[in-house]
Order: sequence, then C-alpha cells, then structure tokens
Amino acid sequence: MSEPLHLPKRQSGLNRRQAVAAFGAVAALTPFAAAASPETAKKALSDLVKAEPKAGKVQIKTQEIAENGNTVPVTIAVDSPMTDKDYVKAIHVVADRNPQPGVASFMLTPANGKAEVQLRMRMAETQNIIAVAEMSDGTAWTATREVKVTIGGCGG
Amino acid sequence: MAEDIKPRIRVPQSAKKDEIIEIKTLISHPMESGQRKDSQGKTIPRKIINKMTVAFNGKPVFEARLEPAISANPYLSFFLKCTQSGSLEFTWTDDDGSTYKATQAITVS
Amino acid sequence: MPQTHSLARIICAAAASLVLLSGLTACDNKQSAGANDSEVLAEYRANPKYADRITGDKFSGYVFASPETQAMQDDDFENPGMLAVQDGEGEWGKVVGSAGKSCASCHNDAKSMKGVAVAYPKYEPKVGKLANIEQRINLCRTENMKAPALRWESKELLGLTALVEYQSRGLPISVRIDGPAKPFFEEGKKFYYTRRGQMDVACAHCHEANAGMNIGVENLSQGQSNGYPTYRLKWQAFGSLHRRFEGCNEEVRAQPYPRGSDEYTNLELFVAWRGNGLKSEAPSVRR
Repeated sequence: MSEPLHLPKRQSGLNRRQAVAAFGAVAALTPFAAAASPETAKKALSDLVKAEPKAGKVQIKTQEIAENGNTVPVTIAVDSPMTDKDYVKAIHVVADRNPQPGVASFMLTPANGKAEVQLRMRMAETQNIIAVAEMSDGTAWTATREVKVTIGGCGG
Repeated sequence: MAEDIKPRIRVPQSAKKDEIIEIKTLISHPMESGQRKDSQGKTIPRKIINKMTVAFNGKPVFEARLEPAISANPYLSFFLKCTQSGSLEFTWTDDDGSTYKATQAITVS
Repeated sequence: MPQTHSLARIICAAAASLVLLSGLTACDNKQSAGANDSEVLAEYRANPKYADRITGDKFSGYVFASPETQAMQDDDFENPGMLAVQDGEGEWGKVVGSAGKSCASCHNDAKSMKGVAVAYPKYEPKVGKLANIEQRINLCRTENMKAPALRWESKELLGLTALVEYQSRGLPISVRIDGPAKPFFEEGKKFYYTRRGQMDVACAHCHEANAGMNIGVENLSQGQSNGYPTYRLKWQAFGSLHRRFEGCNEEVRAQPYPRGSDEYTNLELFVAWRGNGLKSEAPSVRR
C-alpha cells in the first residue's frame, strides 16, 4: 500500500479551522495554506506570554542537522533555582517554519527542582526552534536555535 | 479508550531526600497531525495526545500541552525534587477525550 | 506512488548519479578487512565505542547514526522499538485459532526463542522456499494454531517479530546459504547487483561501493539488516526490513515488490549473509 508523502509539503492544505486559528479571519479566505513564519511564531508566543522576553537563561540543546526531520530530540533547560520564591512557571516552544508554529507548552512548579524538559518533535524544513520561559516574577526569557532539516540522500 | 495505547514511565522507586530525579515518559500514539491526506486526497483528521499531567500525592507538579508538531509515540522527560514519599500519577489525554494513566510510588528517605 | 519532479529532487538525483558512477568499478571487488576503508569507515573503526558494532569489514548501521539516535537505541526505555516488544509479549500469550493454542502453549517462555532469529531467513521445507521470521510466525499460526495469518506490518506481526528478534539481541547474525537455501541466496544476490529504477542503480552502488561516502548530508551505511526490525525516525514507527526495501526501491524510482514477496525474502537472505557475524541489535533505532 502506498503511504502518504513523508513530509508535509508547503502547499498542503490546512483546513479552514487551522487557517483561521493561525492567521485570523482574513487568511481564512486565502486558498493556499501558508506555513508558519517568524512573524506567526512570534505572535503565537506573544499570545501565550504577556511579558516581552529577554535573551538569556534558556538553553536549547538539539542537533545541528536533524538525523530525520520527523523525529528531532530537543532539550530545553532554563537557569533557575526553582525555589518557592523563584521558579520557572512555564516553558513554551514554537517552530517558525512548520505548518503551524505551536510545538508544546510545559507548566512547571517548584516541585520540579530543575527546569529542564525533553521532547521529540517534527520539523518540516530547516527552521528555528524558539523557547520562551515564563518566570514566577513575571519576567520572560528566550532562546532561539536553528536546526537544519534535509531530504535524505536519495529523496528519502 | 484504545487498547493499543501503551503508556510507560521510568521513575526510580526510591530516592534520597531533596534528590532531583529525572522522570521519563513514553506513550505509543500515532499523533495524527491533521496535515496528512489519504490516498483519496482527503485530509486525515487530527488526533493527538494533547496533554500529559503529573500529580504527586494528588497535587499537580507538571503539565505538558502538546501540539501536532510532537512526533508520534511522544517521549517527554522532566525532573522532580523528592521531598517526601508518595505516589506519582500520570494522565495522558487524547483529543477524543480518552485518558491513559500510569502510577508509580516513590520511597524517599 | 506520485512522481514529484521538484527541482530539488532532480538536482539530488543528478548529484547521486555522479557520485554513484564513480563507484561503478569497485562493485565486483572483494574487499579485505580495513584495506579499503574510506576515511569515514576508518574513523569508525578506530573508535572504541564501536568495537561491538564492527565485524571484519562489516559495519552495523549503528555507527552511521547520530549520537542522539544512538542514545535512543541504547536506552531500552527511550527506544520506542521496545513498545513493539511489549506488543509481542501481549500476543505471545494470546490463544487464537481453532486449535486453542497460544505461542506459549508450545514455546513456553519467549526466552526459548533465543538464537532463533539470527538464523533466519532459512529454507522452509513446508513451503519449498525461504521463510523469514514473519513468514515462519505466520506458518505457525496457520499450520499449528489454525489461526489466520497476520497481515504484514500489522501491530501484531511486528510485535511478535520484535519479541522473537529481541531474544537474540547481541548474538551474531548466522544465516546459512548452503544446501537448499543456495538457489534462493543466488536470487537475492542477483537482485542486489541489478540496476533498477529511474536512477538505474543497484543496492551495491550505494551500500557496497559507497558506504561511508556522503550523498547530500547523509552518510551512506552498508545497508546491514542486523538492526531490523527497527524503529525508524522517519517513519515515526516500528517497521520491517521489507518496508525498508520498499522505501529504498521507491527512492531510486523503481517499482517496489510487495512486502513478504519472494523477491524481498531472497534479498533478505543475501543482505543478512552480508552481515553475518554482526551482532543482532533488534529492535534498533535508525533514521
């Protein structure tokens, strides 16, 4: 049996619900589905986090070149004592060239002791992973990391 | 509730007081993104695990909200500071409302 | 399979052809251990971490994987292939078919399967040709359990295959190509060296002549099967060697054969023989 194509193509149709969610009412009228862009990724993050994030405290550990874009292991670590008075409340992760920007959001508590999470994600093409950490004091911190995603040698 | 969805957790059974342990989770699930089309050109509807919540002795300690960009068979790891003995309860929630659970007791000395 | 003609793929195909043409003459030469290591293979050989993954001239797919992929395989919890073994454990004790048996009824604990998988595929007198593990499992089901055969690539068959293969983990691949297996081995060998597809290349062009060389950013492996069935990152799923053969054939724009076909089973014996001596790693993680 033939399988659906391996990676989502840029022109693959998003359904109307997804298009509206990502780009608002105007975009719902466009026949083409746009992939996420740095702008939509930024908007997705600002929808999640009110404070303007500053660069720092957040580390994204992942491959420089993905072994395969369908399963990319990513570790996000945030520098924080994780005490009752000073801890990471949330970590949000987006990708800026996937069909949709959202990847995951993690809600943490001082009980975690260490603000570090690991996940495996899908990446449609070479793009940036952007992580934002929300702190208990209301500040936000961010880091960005590019991962190269290639088509395998013979197109596979 | 699908019979073939298997959650797994790796939690040490014991730890020293205030030790910070790594907890690993894995659940078998296709994480259908809603981006794929079948051979007739019809979009295969989205169906993913959208959330994993973790509670210790009934209190929420960690939550992950997942999007379709998470790979199939979602693997997640996080950390926990062991302040007392108790029970860790994991709940995964599917788009269709099903939930999958796993529990592990930890002895802290 | 829809044909894509994007510029990227055409360039890639052209580049691939250029790389592979250069390896044409090396195809038929028998290589002595280490003597013909490319720089990359020599580097792998020198790495003590890979001592268990290299036998003579044979390099497990493990050495061509990234450190993250290797780490995923090394940890039985992180390795999603172990979920398939768990599936298999569930199937092993299940009574199915009109004979009222489960695998366990005759074979007791799955541990009794230790040493079995590394000898497969082998000649199976009941069908007068080769049988691999999947086919042998189905033979057991239809003949002994009077149960229907499991669909290729189904969760149940993958699970049972994973479970049986897992019992031989760490044992050397030891298939036989003499006696009644010989003509089928020769068929598999012929397949391996036959050009096919739009790209007009044989398995040997990539995996024998150019193992260790890059095609794009991908480091070509020797195409060994000691890790199969495997959790493939691209598939985001656990899958069989025949599924991989199908993918490989499609990638050179050749019409693939059905999974479970004689062609692929014969090829499987040849590929396993190429890796005789390598330690079985199933269920492995591959890209």
